[in-house]
Amino acid sequence: MSGPILAGALLALPGLAAAQELRGYAVTGDAIAKSLTGAPGDPARGRTTLLNRQSTCILCHNGPFPEEKFQGDLAPNLVGSGSRWSEGQLRLRLVDASRLNEATIMPSYYRVDGLHRVGPAWRGKPILSAEQIEDIVAYLVTLRE
Amino acid sequence: MRLAGLIVLSALFAVDAASAEIPQAERRSGYSFMAPDTRAMQDDDTINPGMLWVLDGEKLWARKSGVTNKACADCHQDARASMKGVAAHYPAIDKALGRPVDLEQRINLCRTTHQQATPLPYESRELLALTAFVAQQSRGAAIEPGNDPQLAPFVAKGRELFMQRQGQLNLGCTNCHDENWDKRLAGSAITQGHPTGYPLYRLEWQSLGSLQRRLRACMTGIRAQAYDYGAPELVELELYLMSRARGMPLEAPAIRP
Ligand code: HEC
Ligand code: HEC
Ligand code: HEC
Repeated sequence: MSGPILAGALLALPGLAAAQELRGYAVTGDAIAKSLTGAPGDPARGRTTLLNRQSTCILCHNGPFPEEKFQGDLAPNLVGSGSRWSEGQLRLRLVDASRLNEATIMPSYYRVDGLHRVGPAWRGKPILSAEQIEDIVAYLVTLRE
Repeated sequence: MRLAGLIVLSALFAVDAASAEIPQAERRSGYSFMAPDTRAMQDDDTINPGMLWVLDGEKLWARKSGVTNKACADCHQDARASMKGVAAHYPAIDKALGRPVDLEQRINLCRTTHQQATPLPYESRELLALTAFVAQQSRGAAIEPGNDPQLAPFVAKGRELFMQRQGQLNLGCTNCHDENWDKRLAGSAITQGHPTGYPLYRLEWQSLGSLQRRLRACMTGIRAQAYDYGAPELVELELYLMSRARGMPLEAPAIRP
């Protein structure tokens, strides 16, 4: 991906209710450079979280997960993600993929605004926590070709 | 002026529709995505568990009920003749309500107005059985939503709901059933989402279930708040699905994984 997708640095401004849940982050070009938690994630935990059905990743994706019988094919194989994308790019992709591609089917994992009819069990909550996102990002950067 | 606006709008609508929708020649029932043994189960009435509901429905058809103490058969006689092709044009406008009702609602209207009996709950054994029995009389009939002009705005509303992104996963029905059919969502084949088989026996449910149950499951899957059974939005979605499947043969009671 070449050239900044978004002009300059944007600061996400979640709504009031969400502000208690979501941490602010700065988007620079097509990436979020800084860790959402201020600390690096744990790649081993990231792999486990990525494969957890509740995280939904492998509903669409497949990847180097020989133990998983059921993987999706709606989305690219995750092998090589860490070669194709920087840590910051992977972080923005997980936080809000719609900023990279407005028409994407990949959900925004750290966003609670602009959604319709979210079921009561999930309302006002991001799909993943900041910690979970950092763990997954830390794992994805290890997926090199 | 207004007319010109309408023409521009409908032209836009047509372009949009052409890009998203599945070409006629490529439409496929969920049946064609199934494993051979599951297809065999649907093809053979002696092993299709849905037929148990059909048999129950046949008995209920003849059973007197309600204040009027009338059976369906007292008014409609032999379902094989009177109900032939009926399911292929539902949901249909109910004149008194001025809005579309689906087959389950139609049957319940007969219960409440003509039999003066209590309506049967959604997904109850009795309502599924009667619906399966009525729908089975249309097996092989081509889906033909009525051309009642009163239906048009409801079909349009259903289409809008089908395109709308929703739920925590922020997906629209179209993202899977128009854009990604023939791919796999983890272990499941994503089909084109045609309503040809309902009510149908789903192996995962270990039961017969209605089209509304299926639609609610897809909504919950994307973590959206499912509409309540009987909600106008579900009927509008059913209606859009039927118009989208126009001409495809009905196969109730079908089997699905
Ligand atoms: C509903 C389907 C869907 C889900 C669920 C999903 N993705 Fe994606 N993902 C996509 C699609 C489609 C793309 C391709 C780019 C695009 O369309 O935005 C993509 C792209 C990616 C990429 C870039 C791939 C590359 O190398 O080009 C990564 C990394 C990624 N997703 C990770 C994840 C992770 C991690 C999760 C779970 C937290 C996830 N995705 C969940 C659909 C999905
Ligand atoms: C007292 C007579 C009467 C009884 C009993 C009755 N119906 Fe009806 N039914 C009607 C009439 C009249 C209509 C036409 C619509 C209307 O005016 O309500 C109708 C319409 C229908 C239709 C729609 C037909 C079409 O072509 O659109 C279905 C399906 C149906 N009934 C099923 C049933 C079932 C199942 C039962 C038993 C649970 C039942 N009916 C009991 C009188 C009856
Ligand atoms: C994330 C992808 C996805 C989305 C979004 C989705 N569905 Fe589905 N749908 C599926 C899958 C997968 C199945 C098949 C499940 C199975 O039987 O294994 C299915 C099944 C169906 C069927 C049954 C088809 C048959 O052959 O019986 C219908 C109808 C349907 N969906 C309608 C809808 C509607 C309406 C919406 C929007 C409210 C919707 N779906 C949203 C994935 C999706």
